[in-house]
Order: sequence, then structure tokens, then C-alpha cells
Amino acid sequence: MSGGRVRARGLSLAFDGQPVLRGLDLDIEPGEFVAILGRSGSGKTTLLRVLAGLERRATGAVEVPTASAVVFQEPRLLPWKRVWQNVAIGLPNGARERALDALVEVELGHRADAWPLTLSGGEAQRAGLARALVRDPAFLLLDEPFASIDALTRLRMHELVLALWRAHGPSVLLVTHDVDEALLLADRAVVIDGGRIVAQTIIAAPRPRDPASHTFSTQRRELLGYLGVPLVWSPQ
Amino acid sequence: MDETAITVRPSALRWDGLRIDARGARRFVSPVLLIALWQLGSTTHLIPATKLASPAAIVAAFWSLSISGELWGDLIVSLTRVLVGFAVGVTIGGSLALVSGLSRRGEDAVDPVMQGLRTLPYLGMVPLMIAWFGIGELPKLALVAFASAFPVYLTLLGGIRGVDPKLIEAARIFGLDRLATIREVILPGALAPALVGLRYALGAAWLSLVVSEQINADRGIGYLIMNARDFMRTDVIVVGLLVYAILGLATDGVVRAIERRALAWRPSILADGR
Repeated sequence: MSGGRVRARGLSLAFDGQPVLRGLDLDIEPGEFVAILGRSGSGKTTLLRVLAGLERRATGAVEVPTASAVVFQEPRLLPWKRVWQNVAIGLPNGARERALDALVEVELGHRADAWPLTLSGGEAQRAGLARALVRDPAFLLLDEPFASIDALTRLRMHELVLALWRAHGPSVLLVTHDVDEALLLADRAVVIDGGRIVAQTIIAAPRPRDPASHTFSTQRRELLGYLGVPLVWSPQ
Repeated sequence: MDETAITVRPSALRWDGLRIDARGARRFVSPVLLIALWQLGSTTHLIPATKLASPAAIVAAFWSLSISGELWGDLIVSLTRVLVGFAVGVTIGGSLALVSGLSRRGEDAVDPVMQGLRTLPYLGMVPLMIAWFGIGELPKLALVAFASAFPVYLTLLGGIRGVDPKLIEAARIFGLDRLATIREVILPGALAPALVGLRYALGAAWLSLVVSEQINADRGIGYLIMNARDFMRTDVIVVGLLVYAILGLATDGVVRAIERRALAWRPSILADGR
């Protein structure tokens, strides 16, 4: 078990004078699973990119574990490397065994020698997950990794992410626009709008969570309200 | 549970294969008919041998040139010229593309010159090449090299620029340094267009060889052809042209074989390979 504390203070970033992050503060406890919710353009993906070290123009203070790994929205596998080589990328030579172990863990062991372009969307995303996992991250950043996957595969991916989180115990930052996804997976949902945190909710219900339960739908309504979605029809 | 790649292909291929066999046979009819008419025209002296030799005479000329060894000597000379000039041109074009594609400053220095030079009609440069390098091997090699440098430069540079920046970003975040990123991401990503450029370059190389060998040469297929012209040997001229064509096809086939191996990860090639 490894845990990574994340601390961000006063994060600000503007693109062409247009502020994307405005003095944002965020803490993630070791092993905590935090979901960042927000509309398109709210700054949620930018926040992830800053925490991942991909956005160097941001100002403010960031403290993240050195062992961080990202799963992107698109799998971003190198098509000319076999799946296991993609998982092992950047690792010292002889990492094949580790890569294979990670692939088995995401139930993709049988596709280790396949070319990435022959994978389905769900398989490619699992390969991306294995590539993050093999680095044994203390902090796992997930940038809408399930957004382009069909609904049934997404449910399986949710279970898989939860299982991996339980087994390895990293802090997790999940960026999503899907309120139900946040409610199913996270310990805490943070709503971002206009580059600022506008609301936070602790999701205390034990997992696995039932989307039909009363607390679930109450919290869903609450979060949708923060996101500015007027809920005329309420599922009861 | 796993959605593996679609595997409808094998049976579809077999069907295609059958259809291609039937169609392929049909596609032979018109060329064979044309050659038969040509032979008929020659036999009846409708086509004078001084204008165009008969197919049979061409085959006979090919045979006697092969047996005497004359053809092979000239073939080796021409092939060597193309390969050496091509290798030099590809090396220069490729290196300049790397300089241009991998650094902004390199691009500012190299690209304007290359874009300017590539507009020159390279076949029109033969007189200049002779003025610079005389009439030996050098002007021929220089022209071939000049002609083959540009397609490689342009396609490799385009390939480097076309690599998905998201892949480069991912490579960086997963721990590849600059050099490893170039080796593992940028160059493999630029390979497909660069190989297409290589095939263009080969075409340009053969074309410039043909032209420079016809203007001055004392050996090579071009010499064979020009020599035959002086004796009105149209059979030998056609043999020379056919040899050029076959050599061009063969060298192109080599590049295509490299392509199939190096781009094995591409879905179209994966499907072919099954």
C-alpha cells in the first residue's frame, strides 16, 4: 500500500488572457478517491494537467507524489509498439514481466502481443490503465478515461478501477462530467466552475453503491444543481 | 467478453481472390491481343523494323544481348549508378528533414532553401551537372542524388510534423527523454509517409538516370539505347526500355517489401498478412 498526499494552493492559469484556473486550492489525502466534476470549459481537465505536470505555465504551489501516472481520455498508445511494450514504455529494459503482470491485472493478458490498433476501445483503455498501474503510482490521475466507452464496458471499467484502487491504494483524481460515475466511485466529489471549486460533497455510502438508493439520488440532485442542471424530472 | 479485431476477412478475401482470378484472366486478353497485332503488323511489313522492331525480334535481341553478357554489364552499371546516387540523395534529404523537423532553428535555416530548390526542374539540370562535374560518373550520380533527395525530405518532414502531439506528450509523461521520444515516437510515426517518399524518390532516381545516360554515357543501359539508335536497332532500344522498366519495378518492390515489414502494425497490412 502506498499513499500520496496531494496539495495544491492558489493554482492560476490563463490562456490568451482568458483565466482557466483562478486561485484553486485542492487537497487529496493519501489513498483518497476524489472526483472532479465540471462542465466543458470549467477547467477540470486543466487542473488535472497541472497536477500531472503537463501545464508548466500555471502559477501557485503544487505538491504531488513523484510516482504519479495518468490515464488519458484517448488511450494514447503508440500504434507501432505491441501492447506490452506500450505498457512498459519508459521503464528500464527487462520490464516485460512487470508489464505482463499489469496486463493480467486489467484482464488483458491475452492481448499482450497484439498491435494497439487491433484493440477495441475498452481494451485500449485497459491497456492505458495497465501502463499507469505498472509504475506503481502513489497518485493516479484519470482524465475522463471512460468517456468514449460504451455503457456496458464502462460499468466493467468502473469495477476494475475500484478493484485496482483497493489493491494498490493510490490517491485518485478522476476528472469526469458524469455525476453518476463520481457517485459510484469517489470518496468525495468536487465541483469546478470557472476555474474555481464551487462545491464539494463527501460520498460516504459504502461500495458497491446502488444508483437507485435514496442517498444516491439525493446527492445526484445536489451535484446536478451545483453543475447548473435544473432537474425537472427527478428519478425516484 | 473481449471484443477482438473483426475477423470477417479470410472468407471475404477468398471470394475476392476467386473474382480476381476470373477478372485477372480477362485483363490479359487486350495486352496479348495488342502484341499479336503488333507482331502481325511487323511480319506483314506494315510496321517497318526501323521504326519499331517486332516482338519476336525484341525477344531475340534480348536473348543475344543476354548471352553475350553485354546487357548484364550495362544493367549492373545503371543499377549501381541509381543505387549509389539514391543512397546519397536519401541520406542528404533524410538528414536535412531531421534537422528541419526536429528543431525550429534548423527548420528556419534549411526549409526555405529546400523549398526553393525543389521547384527547379531537376531533369533540366543536366547541362549544369556536366558543367560542374564533367562527363564521367559524377554528373549522373549527382543528378540522381539531387532528384531523390527532395521526395524524402518533404515526406519525412511532413511525417515528423504530423506525429500526434498527444503521443509525444504521453511519451514524455511516461518517462521518455528527448532522444528516446525521437527514437520511439517521432521517427516510427513518420516512417509511413517517409517510405512513400522513398518510392517517389526511386521513381525520380530512375528517371534522372535515364535522362543523364542518354545525354552522355559510355556504359549503362542508356548507352546501349543510344548506341542502338545510331544503328537503327529499334529491337535493342525496346529491350533497353524494358530493362529500365523492370529495374524500376524491382527496386520499387524492395521498398514495398520493407514497407510491409516495417509497418506491420497497420491494420491494412495486418489484414493482408493473414
